[in-house]
Amino acid sequence: MAVLVIADHDNASLKDSTQKTVTAALQISSDVDILVAGQGAKAVADAAAKITGVRKVLLAESDALGQGVAEAVEACVVPLMGGYDAVLIPATSQGKNFSPRIAARLDVAQISEIVEVVDAATFVRPIYAGNAMETVQSADAKKVLTVRATAFKAAADGGSAAVETIGAGDGAAKTRFLDQKLVKSARPDLTAARIVVSGGRAMGSAEEFQRVIEPLADKLGAAVGASRAAVDAGYAPNDYQVGQTGKVVAPELYVAIGISGAIQHLAGMKDSKYIVAINKDADAPIFQVADYGLVSDYKVAVPELMDALTAAGL
Amino acid sequence: MKVLVPVKRVIDYNVKARVKSDQSGVDLANVKMSMNPFCEIAVEEAVRMKEKGVVSEIVAVSIGPIQAQETLRTALAMGADRAILLQTDQDLEPLAVAKALAAVANEEKPDLIVMGKQAIDGDNNATGQMLSTLLGWPQATFASAIEVSGGKVKVTREVDGGLQNLELDLPAVITADLRLNEPRYASLPNIMKAKKKPLDIKEAASLGVDLAPRLKVLKVAEPAKRSGGAKVENAAELVAKLKTEAGIF
Ligand SMILES: Cc1cc2nc3c(=O)[nH]c(=O)nc-3n(C[C@H](O)[C@H](O)[C@H](O)COP(=O)(O)OP(=O)(O)OC[C@H]3O[C@@H](n4cnc5c(N)ncnc54)[C@H](O)[C@@H]3O)c2cc1C
Ligand SMILES: Nc1ncnc2c1ncn2[C@@H]1O[C@H](COP(=O)(O)O)[C@@H](O)[C@H]1O
Repeated sequence: MAVLVIADHDNASLKDSTQKTVTAALQISSDVDILVAGQGAKAVADAAAKITGVRKVLLAESDALGQGVAEAVEACVVPLMGGYDAVLIPATSQGKNFSPRIAARLDVAQISEIVEVVDAATFVRPIYAGNAMETVQSADAKKVLTVRATAFKAAADGGSAAVETIGAGDGAAKTRFLDQKLVKSARPDLTAARIVVSGGRAMGSAEEFQRVIEPLADKLGAAVGASRAAVDAGYAPNDYQVGQTGKVVAPELYVAIGISGAIQHLAGMKDSKYIVAINKDADAPIFQVADYGLVSDYKVAVPELMDALTAAGL
Repeated sequence: MKVLVPVKRVIDYNVKARVKSDQSGVDLANVKMSMNPFCEIAVEEAVRMKEKGVVSEIVAVSIGPIQAQETLRTALAMGADRAILLQTDQDLEPLAVAKALAAVANEEKPDLIVMGKQAIDGDNNATGQMLSTLLGWPQATFASAIEVSGGKVKVTREVDGGLQNLELDLPAVITADLRLNEPRYASLPNIMKAKKKPLDIKEAASLGVDLAPRLKVLKVAEPAKRSGGAKVENAAELVAKLKTEAGIF
């Protein structure tokens, strides 16, 4: 039984959620292929071919695939599925956009955001904002799984699989990509970072968010995250949102500043190895999950933290 | 233009779900239930389109138990014109819901379906995409702005790193993200008026689609507990602990 992993990438580089999804795939089968669907994505395919345990890499290219148009990805993947018993897709906003289409086309259930492979047909996934863990068994002929990357270790490099170019499939006649505005950040990717510093509503403005959160993140070499309240208020971009309906992160260190710790926020960060919370309200729920809680006004605590880090040689 | 808005009755977003002691599921007895927040955003968007004169009729539809009537009444109070309940006590997976909604769409022939990106109970984030495929209509997920004109719809989507604009032919399926709008609270007069709006109840089985679950739930367990709650006195102590205990630096 062979399984297919659909690579997460931006046409230029492979995202490490792919390596993590390969780890999940290898727990289902030893015959793991990777599909790179994009445009001008040869370098991505070459990077995918280096992942240990990968049998071969399929590269499909078209404009619509490069733009991530969901209908195009579906048209590319579905014909391949005759040769696979399962397809695993990193549960990123891009993956979530097309994966259910593949499941519906194959007339099978999608099992969303698996965090554990029990056996080739049995998986564990969080439901209700991670307040319950559901173990489900699928009797469908083919499995369509999205994978919560933070739950799996990245498969190492060391392989040398062949890259095979395949047809892209039909475009999407009824959907037209117009444009996109992407902000390139020099920071580590939020979902892959070792340290994440997040700010909440307490920041009060975009300027304050930048003034407080950015230098601390710089000092720690961290990615920046935010609560929904901070994003809704325009203090931080949309894709900084950590939580049930935003990004799920599990860094070694998560620093929550001026964030109360609503159920929906906790859902996105409570699997972090260490959690630091800085909040002036000693009863804020975030302290219940924090390993190191500091009850203080961030205006006092963050400058002191910066100084203490400098004193510690950072 | 006619808009169909699928809405789901779920645990209220303020309530923390508790697992049943026999691990058979989540305990929903005596728990506050509400309209899924993303569905509220979808209803709000449809109502705003109607207020702008782009939309003439809004039909809310829910598949679920008889209590889902309350959810549909909420949609009517927010401004939907009529509602359809496809009643079933079956556990529903996104594929089954999508099939049922496709059957409704084939009957109602809306120009647009606006729905939530995710239901906060199962956290599947799948139904809209499945419905789009089954109908062969174009899709735009995670919408933060929608603009209809000339038989087409322009959708701004939240993607990694920023925003993306797509143009879709109508009819189309759009799923709502958090930043699309802020849903209104239904006013008391509108809640009263909603009681008189039409709400059709049909057996979901009468659609003739296969609603049976594909997955067997073996167990529903509590997540691993975190041992949090420890405090530090000041920043210096924090850095010292991060260094020696946590080994971060
Ligand atoms: C459908 C739905 C989905 C959602 N998805 C998400 C999600 O994915 N992610 C998410 O984060 N939220 C999500 N939410 C929102 C969530 O319920 C909370 O509203 C949100 O997380 C609150 O953000 P916050 O903690 O920044 O703000 P608040 O709850 O307002 O907390 C601000 C905190 O800052 C503290 N504070 C204030 N001033 C200072 C100061 N000077 N110094 C130190 N501390 C200070 C306060 O004590 C307070 O604890 C969702 C909600 C819904 C309904
Ligand atoms: N039982 C249901 N009845 C009506 N709409 C539903 C139902 N289940 C899901 N939906 C719609 O599908 C969206 C996404 O749900 P899900 O794919 O389950 O996360 C919801 O926001 C609703 O708009």
